[in-house]
Amino acid sequence: MQRIGVFVCHCGSNIAATVDVKKVVEMVQMEPGVVHAEDYQYMCSEAGQAKIAAAIQEKKLTGIVVCSCSPRMHETTFRTAAQRAGLNPYMVEIANIREHCSWIHKDMEEATKKAVILARAAIAKVNLNTPLKPGESRVTKRALIIGGGIAGIQTALDIADAGYEVDIVEKTPSIGGRMSQLDKTFPTLDCSACILTPKMVEAAAHEKINIYTYSEVEKVSGFVGDFTVDIRKKARSVDSSKCTGCGVCQEKCPSKKAPSEFNRGLNTRSAIYTPFAQAIPNVPVIDRENCIKFKTGKCGICAKVCQAGAIDYEQQDEIITEKYGAIVVATGFDTIKLDNYDEYAYNQSKDVITSLELERIMNAAGPTKGHLERLSDGKHPHEIVFIQCVGSRCSDDRGKSYCSKICCMYTAKHAMLIRDKYPDVNVTVFYIDVRTPGKNFDEFYRRAVEEYGVNYIKGQVGKVIPQPDGKLLVQGSDLLDNKQILKEADMVVLATAIEPEASVRKIATMLTASIDTNNFLTEAHPKLRPVESPTAGVFLSGVCQGPKDIPETVSQAGAAAVKAIGLLAKDKLMTNPCTAKADELLCNGCSTCANVCPYGAISYEDVQVNDHGIREVRRIAVVNNALCQGCGACTVACPSGAMDLQGFSNRQIIAEVDAICR
Amino acid sequence: MQELISRAKELLENGTVARVLGWKAGDLPYNPEPAFFTQAEELKDFVYNGFCGANLSKYMIEASKLEGKTLVCLKPCDTYSFNQLIKEHRVDREKAYIVGVGCKGKLDIEKAKKLGIKGIESVSGAEMTDDTDTLTFQTIYGEKTCAYADVMLERCHVCKGKDHMVYDELIGQSKDTKDAERFAEVERIEAMSPEEKFAFFQKELSKCIRCNACRNVCPACSCRKCVFDSNKFDSAQKANTDSFEEKMFHIIRAFHVAGRCTDCGECSRVCPQGIPLHLFNRKFIKDINELYGEYQAGADTESKAPLTNFTFDDAEPSIVTKR
Amino acid sequence: MSLTNEEFRPKIVAFCCNWCSYAGADLAGSSRLAYPADVKIIRVPCSCRVNPMFILRAFEKGADGVILCGCHPGDCHYSTGNYYARRRMTLLFSMLDYIGVENGRTRVEWVSAAEGVKFSQTMNEFVEKIHSLGKNVRLGDLRCRN
Repeated sequence: MQRIGVFVCHCGSNIAATVDVKKVVEMVQMEPGVVHAEDYQYMCSEAGQAKIAAAIQEKKLTGIVVCSCSPRMHETTFRTAAQRAGLNPYMVEIANIREHCSWIHKDMEEATKKAVILARAAIAKVNLNTPLKPGESRVTKRALIIGGGIAGIQTALDIADAGYEVDIVEKTPSIGGRMSQLDKTFPTLDCSACILTPKMVEAAAHEKINIYTYSEVEKVSGFVGDFTVDIRKKARSVDSSKCTGCGVCQEKCPSKKAPSEFNRGLNTRSAIYTPFAQAIPNVPVIDRENCIKFKTGKCGICAKVCQAGAIDYEQQDEIITEKYGAIVVATGFDTIKLDNYDEYAYNQSKDVITSLELERIMNAAGPTKGHLERLSDGKHPHEIVFIQCVGSRCSDDRGKSYCSKICCMYTAKHAMLIRDKYPDVNVTVFYIDVRTPGKNFDEFYRRAVEEYGVNYIKGQVGKVIPQPDGKLLVQGSDLLDNKQILKEADMVVLATAIEPEASVRKIATMLTASIDTNNFLTEAHPKLRPVESPTAGVFLSGVCQGPKDIPETVSQAGAAAVKAIGLLAKDKLMTNPCTAKADELLCNGCSTCANVCPYGAISYEDVQVNDHGIREVRRIAVVNNALCQGCGACTVACPSGAMDLQGFSNRQIIAEVDAICR
Repeated sequence: MQELISRAKELLENGTVARVLGWKAGDLPYNPEPAFFTQAEELKDFVYNGFCGANLSKYMIEASKLEGKTLVCLKPCDTYSFNQLIKEHRVDREKAYIVGVGCKGKLDIEKAKKLGIKGIESVSGAEMTDDTDTLTFQTIYGEKTCAYADVMLERCHVCKGKDHMVYDELIGQSKDTKDAERFAEVERIEAMSPEEKFAFFQKELSKCIRCNACRNVCPACSCRKCVFDSNKFDSAQKANTDSFEEKMFHIIRAFHVAGRCTDCGECSRVCPQGIPLHLFNRKFIKDINELYGEYQAGADTESKAPLTNFTFDDAEPSIVTKR
Repeated sequence: MSLTNEEFRPKIVAFCCNWCSYAGADLAGSSRLAYPADVKIIRVPCSCRVNPMFILRAFEKGADGVILCGCHPGDCHYSTGNYYARRRMTLLFSMLDYIGVENGRTRVEWVSAAEGVKFSQTMNEFVEKIHSLGKNVRLGDLRCRN
């Protein structure tokens, strides 16, 4: 029989205001095994933990139940406290009487009754707990960064500067990401390339950083500290070791009709290409779908003109298998597709563009060489309308429910830059709200309005109608003046919502990292662990976790790096002891469990058993504790009940069921 | 039967097999029982007729541990069970010499009794060599006859076919005796109101005496120790302490064999209380077929069982309320 | 029986996976999204940890409803656990329906860590459903009751 102590936390008034904690203490004392029960203001405080430690020692407790907040909050705290007092940490169970009780119920009697039942369930469980000992696993001192944008680059630099090896995997031919497509950055208006390029160069030159561009993560296995990752290095068709980056091949390539990804399809590029002039590595890629040589077998001009002999049409995809201790996801974002927003005529008129397209138009290296012009006829616009929240803060399922966060600021930037360079152009912005929380952000927006005379109209645009003369008729409303507005514009710019890069879903699945309904990766805790994924060893950097601007991305990238460094600095990790275990006397050796194990943690061995005097060799399931993550799929697949999960055993769960239904 | 006996003798004598697993006559003309024969002369007691319904594949679990090969006589439907046991590593294919025996449908003496045929002294027409569709019973009340098909086991009316799924050699002719729809009875129950369903199963299951005959005969229920006998779930109980227990037992039993049950019908055949236990298993088989695609356990030894498999767009559990 | 005079307070067991649904329930709590106290949550690592035995056991011991919550398909922390749970529960629920247990006493709902609102709504709905079904008589232990 266990000797159980029950500790009921008031959590200030969070619990005590709704749950009669004294009553809970009184009631639990009648439960089997309970030899001690007390309540305290804040069990998680040092004084509270000291009370637990004292009771463990004085009453020789073999198990404790803490009735408090969610185990997701303080299970580790109380386990550590118990361990310090000499109790095995896995002899601690939490009854969640705050999130699951006091916070959602108002009636004291009812909440108290429920708290007692939850405590009983935890007591019933702890009665069947057994001390568990964590195993150890090694840490591979190398980090993988998925995504080579500013988030990935910054994380990589920070980890590498701490002395650890870092690999960046970037799926496009160059690192740089979305930031490389931007023209200027708010609120300082410095040139994006000017601040990004040095970072790209630094990453490429760093002795601890290895960059795989035009590569994708193909398979991830293993666990925190010991991931094994297959990286597919797609065939570039150019030998990086020979290429000098002279660019002649791109010039001479006769196939120049492929839409330029970098310029958002606003112009075209050659079949052999580097996405932009400052690309790193400065080694082109042959886009085999558009290459005449690959399509027809004839051509081969690039190979002829290449002095270095770097063109290699025979090159194959290569799979690189590497081990990592930590993985940082920095997959970034894209703008949403506008197919659901026909009213803005994006697909009908070339002069309705997204803000990211405007970035390219404003950029000296863009499709118009930085001249502001209509894409339909090349004419200089005089009237530009910006429409905010296109697909953001959307209440139906056409768009996204969240605020994309960056649009208010970049629209102010665009408006200001246009008015600065072309004072003859009138700029009107239709907005729902202008959101400018950030250092120097509101000042920036006010400058746009006050100094540059940008016309902000609070109200939404219902329709953009292309006119026969090429103009765009914008129908909107002015909520402050309560009137309908009809405005003729030469260009319309849509502040299109951003969403996580599409590939993140596949990556999240490979990493078993959770993802929310909008495909943003979920944090281990939204406030306290914002850069960690709930999956141990996986960290989040940049917009893959939620919309953010460059300064925020860079801070988060640094934070993710610190967390990864903290992991890589350890030599060994304790593994979760709540793993599956087969009872060799009950195991049939039928392989059903192995068939459902997602980690390949179960193998079969011929084991000599002594089953009540019958000695025989049996085929028995054996669980590799380092691989088992403790999901329990095998325990239900097992018909005989031989496979059980330590810490969540069949009997423990049944004891909880019984206690609740009693 | 003579061909079978002489072949068994030959294999036993030339050392190919160390024993023969077949049937021997029981104390009544219609209750032959499974038996091992280790000496050639013992084979004089060997019988194989229409009453040899027992599926011998499960005996091979223990026989696989013995020295030497065992000649096992398997009817076409028994071979599905054997395959399933191979798949689950419970039997050793190398330890079995499988003689696929012919089958023309097996008999259920209870059905004869229900036809009023009692006090049976002998039966003719049940031998494999008998070329007749009629069974003739000599009873203490005189001679009685009935159609062979009228006394067939339920499972034979929904016969899976005359082909053996696994064997070393075949002896005797088989016949596909299917003359009914496999899921007709399940569908009839599905169409009932919840009250009728409950009443139906309540009535059937209340007959259960927890003798465990269904469990003991079932080739899929072959755990070394059943969960209902172990302390792993706090579910081991000697007597039923409540009316729920037999429901729980039969639901869980059916669940544990779901996707593994070959629908051999042994559970219903051996139930002394005549509970149509196969209706549980067949419900799962029907659901699996409808929701996850046609699946016949034991048709092969490699395919993934439905409950150890999934697709990304499987039906949600709420489909149960929608159907 | 005196039961008829008292207000019916159903016993409801909710199995929640640690990674999504339990966190969703926590979020419902921290967002103060109320649902009836009849719901008691049991934390399991994954929806695939829930054995049909647990569900039947709950009914045997007098539960009036059992709900299983897990990560949305595709989002399982263990990548595939909820897919197995989905098949298992579909078959189990179908069997319960087949033997005449009222539809609706069992339910599976996928609730993510961000769906506090959904968790609370689901529980409110479920409790209401169980109220409409009344006491679990068919699956309960009729003789042994505290």
